[in-house]
Amino acid sequence: MGARRFRSALAALAALVVLGLSGCGDSADTASPQPGGSGSGVTGTVTVFAAASLTESFTTIGKDFEAANPGVKVTFSFGGSSALATQINQGAPADVFASAAPANMKTVTDAGNGDGSPSTFVKNQLVIAVPKGNPDGVTGLTDLTRPDAKVALCAEQVPCGAAAKKALTAAGVKLTPVTLEQDVKGALSKVKLGEVDAALVYRTDARTSTADVDGIEFPESAGAINDYPITVLKSAPNKAGAAAFVAYVLSDTGRSVLTRAGFQAP
Amino acid sequence: MTARPGRATPSRPRRRGGRIPVALLVPAAIGLLYLVLPLVGLLVRTPWSTLPQRLAEPGVLTALRLSLQTATLATVLCLAFGVPLAWLLARIEFPGRRVVRALVTVPLVLPPVVGGVALLLVFGRRGLLGGWLDSTFGITLPFTTTGVVLAEAFVAMPFLIIAVEGALRGADTRYEEAAATLGAGRWTTFTHVTLPLVAPGIAAGAVLCWARALGEFGATITFAGNFPGRTQTMPLAVYLALETDLESAIVLSLILLTVSVAILASLRDRWITSP
Repeated sequence: MGARRFRSALAALAALVVLGLSGCGDSADTASPQPGGSGSGVTGTVTVFAAASLTESFTTIGKDFEAANPGVKVTFSFGGSSALATQINQGAPADVFASAAPANMKTVTDAGNGDGSPSTFVKNQLVIAVPKGNPDGVTGLTDLTRPDAKVALCAEQVPCGAAAKKALTAAGVKLTPVTLEQDVKGALSKVKLGEVDAALVYRTDARTSTADVDGIEFPESAGAINDYPITVLKSAPNKAGAAAFVAYVLSDTGRSVLTRAGFQAP
Repeated sequence: MTARPGRATPSRPRRRGGRIPVALLVPAAIGLLYLVLPLVGLLVRTPWSTLPQRLAEPGVLTALRLSLQTATLATVLCLAFGVPLAWLLARIEFPGRRVVRALVTVPLVLPPVVGGVALLLVFGRRGLLGGWLDSTFGITLPFTTTGVVLAEAFVAMPFLIIAVEGALRGADTRYEEAAATLGAGRWTTFTHVTLPLVAPGIAAGAVLCWARALGEFGATITFAGNFPGRTQTMPLAVYLALETDLESAIVLSLILLTVSVAILASLRDRWITSP
């Protein structure tokens, strides 16, 4: 008796699990179009994969875009450009890709996953992020080579690290960092926590944390400017929405959000 | 199926009640598949032809060596502090024991990144203890190999404690009582009776702890950072390789998987089954 009841309970449990799984699949597959329609004819969800350094400005742009197109929902996945490119090439369901460097965009377009050619929408430059008030009096890259200075850089494999390497090479400065972070936000947070004395980050990232850090400009960063390309993806589930979002980023309204955050026009 | 008299058959698996119910077999098979299939995926996609060159890349061996060293040191730390803690939890009644047990197991469910942040706030340069360590002794823990060991120990210690506490609770306390009545002190009883009694449990816990430490990622990158040769362990190397080259990430993952499976498989049966 007990065994039979146990058996049927298990069967019910298994059925529930299967139902639950298929339920998840449904909700993830369909970009549920919002009722009510909109003037622009764009509906549904637009999924944007964007570089970590775009987090703040794209969040703002996303809200503005949703306000301008009622019925549209923008969802973001922010991360290291290289990791995002890998995810896209592995079939992640994204509509738009905005990369912090052309190299990672090329990874995606070379794999045939881009739709049309990417357009550069902003440029970004490195600054030296130091704790608020610049306690060590850092004025340039050479200050970072002091023996007691702890410096965080991004790993060379990600765009901010590649740019940092370029800038350091241009300046002829040899630097031994204490850590090579996986993305620019990681490097910045080590400064905010006070664990390092300085980090090379994008100007825009330093500007998001003015309460904790100062951004020191240095001339050699001019030789290591990052172009940010954006593109609609070939397998975009919502192509119309993707195209509208890209157009919005490239529009004057979108640009003004980006320049306010410290990005430069291309 | 008649057992011959005079010959016990303890090695034959017991199958009471005939057929295995399908309602159990099917979910069990699905569960097994779900756990094994990703590993198969890794094997299928491994670039076998270029494997030797990739293994010979200097960064790979450095990261592997660092991983093995730090995981072993972390396990030693966990043994030194975790076994006494497990003994306390299993053998001594004290107020707040439940709370202590809950606290001890928190790192099991805590996202490792959170553990890393917490470690930074305590042992970081500006941390509660770290600030004092830095100003008094000039010791800084983040961005050092020691930092990696600490991060791994934080995440892995609960695995050891749970295993050892379970073994202690399962062990027959009559031997300990007998030793006590024969005049042995608590320490002597612990070292001469309790420890040998639960040695298999400790070994199983240590292996689990070591494997968990080997796979540690979140707390390590947060607390110890990522620098080749000093703090870049295998999991960090895998993540970074994924940024540029999927194939090297697969190769690194395969190495880590092979090492983990080899250790777990070689020790599990021997230590876990017999009390």
